[in-house]
Amino acid sequence: MSSLILRTATRYLVPLLLLFSIYLLLAGHNYPGGGFVGGLAAAAGLSLYALAFDVASAKRMLKISPTGLAGLGLLVSSASGLPALTESRPYLTGLWTVLHAPGFEPLKVGTPILFDLGVYLVVLGVTMSIIFALAEEEG
Amino acid sequence: MLLVVAILGVSAFAAPLLLRRCGRWGVWALTALPAAGFLYFITKWPAIQSGTALVSSIRWLPALGHDLTLRLDGLALLFAVLICGIGAVVVAYSGGYLRGDPAAPRFFASLFLFMASMLGVTLADDVVALFVFWELTSFSSYLLIGHHHEEEKSRKAALQALLVTGLGGLFLLAGLLMLSDMAGSTTLSGILASGQLADHPYFDLSIGLILVGAFTKSAQFPFHFWLPNAMAAPTPASAYLHSSTMVKAGVYLLARLRPIGSDSALWDALVPAIGAATLLTGALLAYGQKILKRLLAYTTVGALGMMTMLLGLDSPTAGKAAVAVLLAHALYKAALFLTAGIIDHETGEKDVERLSGLRRQMPLTAAGAALAAVSMMGLPPSFGYIAKETLYAAAVNPVLLVSAVLGGALFLVIAYLTGLKPFLGRIRPTPHPPHEAEAAMWAGPMILGLLGLVLGLAPGFTSSWLVAPAAAAVVGEPIAAKLTLWHGISRELIASGVTLLLGLMAVGMRRYVLSLLPAIASLNALGPDRSYERALNGLMWMAGWQTRRLQCGSLQVYLWITLSFVIATTGWYFLKHIPVSIFHGLSPVRFIDALILSLIILSTAGAIMSRSRLAAFASLGVAGYAIAIFFVIYSAPDLAMTQLVVETLTVILLVLAFYHLPPFRVRTTAPVRLLELVPAALVGLVMFGLTLAANRIQYAPNISGFFNEHSWTSAYGKNIVNVILVDFRALDTLGEITVLAVAGLGAFALLKLKPSGKGGGP
Repeated sequence: MSSLILRTATRYLVPLLLLFSIYLLLAGHNYPGGGFVGGLAAAAGLSLYALAFDVASAKRMLKISPTGLAGLGLLVSSASGLPALTESRPYLTGLWTVLHAPGFEPLKVGTPILFDLGVYLVVLGVTMSIIFALAEEEG
Repeated sequence: MLLVVAILGVSAFAAPLLLRRCGRWGVWALTALPAAGFLYFITKWPAIQSGTALVSSIRWLPALGHDLTLRLDGLALLFAVLICGIGAVVVAYSGGYLRGDPAAPRFFASLFLFMASMLGVTLADDVVALFVFWELTSFSSYLLIGHHHEEEKSRKAALQALLVTGLGGLFLLAGLLMLSDMAGSTTLSGILASGQLADHPYFDLSIGLILVGAFTKSAQFPFHFWLPNAMAAPTPASAYLHSSTMVKAGVYLLARLRPIGSDSALWDALVPAIGAATLLTGALLAYGQKILKRLLAYTTVGALGMMTMLLGLDSPTAGKAAVAVLLAHALYKAALFLTAGIIDHETGEKDVERLSGLRRQMPLTAAGAALAAVSMMGLPPSFGYIAKETLYAAAVNPVLLVSAVLGGALFLVIAYLTGLKPFLGRIRPTPHPPHEAEAAMWAGPMILGLLGLVLGLAPGFTSSWLVAPAAAAVVGEPIAAKLTLWHGISRELIASGVTLLLGLMAVGMRRYVLSLLPAIASLNALGPDRSYERALNGLMWMAGWQTRRLQCGSLQVYLWITLSFVIATTGWYFLKHIPVSIFHGLSPVRFIDALILSLIILSTAGAIMSRSRLAAFASLGVAGYAIAIFFVIYSAPDLAMTQLVVETLTVILLVLAFYHLPPFRVRTTAPVRLLELVPAALVGLVMFGLTLAANRIQYAPNISGFFNEHSWTSAYGKNIVNVILVDFRALDTLGEITVLAVAGLGAFALLKLKPSGKGGGP
C-alpha cells in the first residue's frame, strides 16, 4: 500500500499514538487506561506504520523482535513482584514510595507500575508478532 | 541445610553457563559444590551422633499450614553424605566421561537438579515438601535417562521411568496426606511422634498407598521393570541413580516411616514378601545378562529388594542390617558402575564374555573395581562382608534366610563378572585398544572401593558413627549397633560359607545357563514390562480414537460439541435451580438503549445473512463498536476503550488474513442451517438468563465494597479496575499475560514455521 497521504499522516500520527499509549499506561492507576489498553494502542500505532510503509521498517522501529518483547514483558512483570519478598511480604505485594521534587506535586512510585509496564510489553509483543507474521505472509 | 539444597538447585541452572565459559575448570568448580556439601554434612556429624536432630525451617505455605522444614537426623545425614559424596565423585568423573559431548552442559544441569531434589527428599520433614522433592527426582531422572533423546530406546525408557515413578508418587501423596490428617501434623517427625495411629480405620489404607509410592520408586516387584531400562542414561548418571539416590528414595521412605509403618499388618506382611521376591527376581535376571551395565542394573533391583525385606522385619537387628546393606551397596555399586563406564569408554566393549585381561592396561581401574567386587561378594574384611553377616543375623524366618543366601550367591557371581573377570586372564582384542582412563575417572572407583575396605577394617567406628545414628531413626529408638568382623562360629558364618559355595557353583554353571537364555527370554513376554507396554498402547489408542471423534477438523462439529455441552450443563443447572422471578424489578428500557440494541441485533443479523466475508466483518465490527457505546453510557470507560482498540485490531488482523482464506462458499444446506438455529438460540437463552441471574444471585458477600474502600488506601489508585488488575489480583494477571504470550508464540509458530516437504507434520 503506497499512498502518499497515508504515509504523511502516519508520520505524524504514530508518535502521537505511541505517546498516547504511554500516557494510558502511566495514567492507568488513577484514570481510565492501563497496561493492556496502552499496549493495544501502541500495537494499533505500529500496525498503522506497517500498513503505510512496510513490515520491515516497522520492525526496525521496534528494535527488538516482537516475541522477544513479549518475553521481556513477562520478565518485567514477574520481577516486579520480587522486591516485596525482600521485605518478607507475599510475592507481588505492591511497594510504594513517594518522590519529592521541588516545584512538583509529590509523585508516588510503586512496583505495580512496573507490573503494568510488563503487561504493556506482553500485549504489544504478542499483537505485533501475530500481525507481522500475517503481514509478511501476504508480502 | 536449606542453603545447601538451594545452592545445588541453582547451580543446575548455572552449570551450562559455567561449562561453556570455563570448560575444564568449570567441571572442577562444579565438583567443588557437592564436595563442599559433603564437608558441611560431615561437620554436623558429632551433633547428630549424640542423638540430636538439626531442624531448619522457613515459612512456605502459611495458609495451608506447611512450612519448608528440613530435618537432619542420623538417617537423613547418612543419605546426605552419600548424595553429596558420591555426587562429587560422579561430577568429577562425568567431566572426563563426557569430554567433547556437546550435550554435556545439559547433562550437568539435570544432574545437579537431581542432586538437589534428592537431597530435598531425604531432608524434608514436611510431607508436601517431601512430595514436591520426590516428584522432582522423578522429573530430573527423566531428563537424565532420556539424555540421548535422539534414540527411541532412551526416550521410551525415560518415559517409562517417569510414568511408573510419577504415578507411584501420586499414591504416595494421597497416603501422606491421609497420614498427616490422622496424626494432626504435617511433618514426618510429628507423624512419627503421634504414636496411636494404628487404630484409625484408614491407617492400613494410607500405609498401602505409601507402599505403592515407595515400591514404584525403588523398583520393587512387580514394578522392577523400569529400572534396568533406565540404564539408557549415560553411565555416570546410572552410577548415581543406582548407587545412592533416586531408586533409594523408596527405601529411604520405608526406612523413615518404619517406626509407625510396622504397626500395620499390611506392612508386616507385604514389605518382607515383596522385598524377598524382588531380591530373587533381580538376582536371577542379572545372572542371565551379558552386558556390563545390565548385570549391574538387575543386581540393583536385587539389592533394593534386600533392603526392603529388612525394613519389613520388626527387629532392631533388621534395622541395623538395612542401614549396613544400604551403605555397603551405595559404595560398591557406584564404584562398579563407574568401572563399567571406564571399560566401555576406553575399550568400546560392553559384553562381559568378550572382556578379559585388562589388568595390565588399566591397573588403577582394576584395583578399584576389585575392592568393590570383594565388598559386593561379601568377603572379609570388606564392609560388604559385615553388611551381609548382619543381614543373615536379621533374617529370622527360614524362607527369608534362604532367599538372602540365594541372592547373596548370585551377587557373588555378578561381582565376579563385573569387577574381576574383565581384568583377569588373557588379554582379548577390543574395538579400541585399551588404555588407562584419566585420573578424574579412575579416582572414583578407587576412592569408593577403598572406603568399602576401610569401613570394614574399622567396624567399631563404622557402627557407632555411621550405622547406629541412622539405624536409630529406622528403629525409632536409640540402639547399640555393634558390628564386628569376627563373631565366632555362628549361623551367619555358616550361611556365608554356603553362599560362597553356591556362588562358586553358579560361576561354573554360567556357560550352561547362558545357552538356555533364549528359552528364558521368551518368558519375558509374560512379564510386567509387557503389561506396561500394552497399557500404554491402549491409552494411545483411546486418545487417538477420541481425537478422531471429537477433533475431526470441522469447525461446525466443534461448535456443535461445545455449544451442546454448555446447554447440557449450564442450561440444565439453570433450569433446575434458578427461580423465574429474576425477571422482576428490572429498570425500564431507555430509548438510547433500545437504539443501540437494535443496531447490535441488525448488524449481527447482517453478519449472518451476508454472502461475502468483507460484509460480514463489517457488520460484526458495527456490533462491536455498538457494545463499546454501551460501556461508555454505563460508565465503564476502561472497557469501552479496550473494546474499541480490540475491534480496530481485529479488523486489521482480518484484513491481513483475508488473502489467505479460500473463496467464500456456503457449505451447508438450508435444513441443516435451520437445525443449527436450535443450539444457537438455546445458548443465547442460557446466556441471557445467566446475565439476569448474575445480577440477582449473591453467593458471597459483595466484594466491590472492599475494592472501593481499599483501592486508594492500600494500593494508591483511583481506577479500581486497574488497581484490581495490577495489585489485588496481580497474580491472576501474571497468569493471563503468560497465557497470552504462549498463545502469541503458538500463533507465531503456526504462521511462520511451516513444515517442509509434502505431508508435513501434524
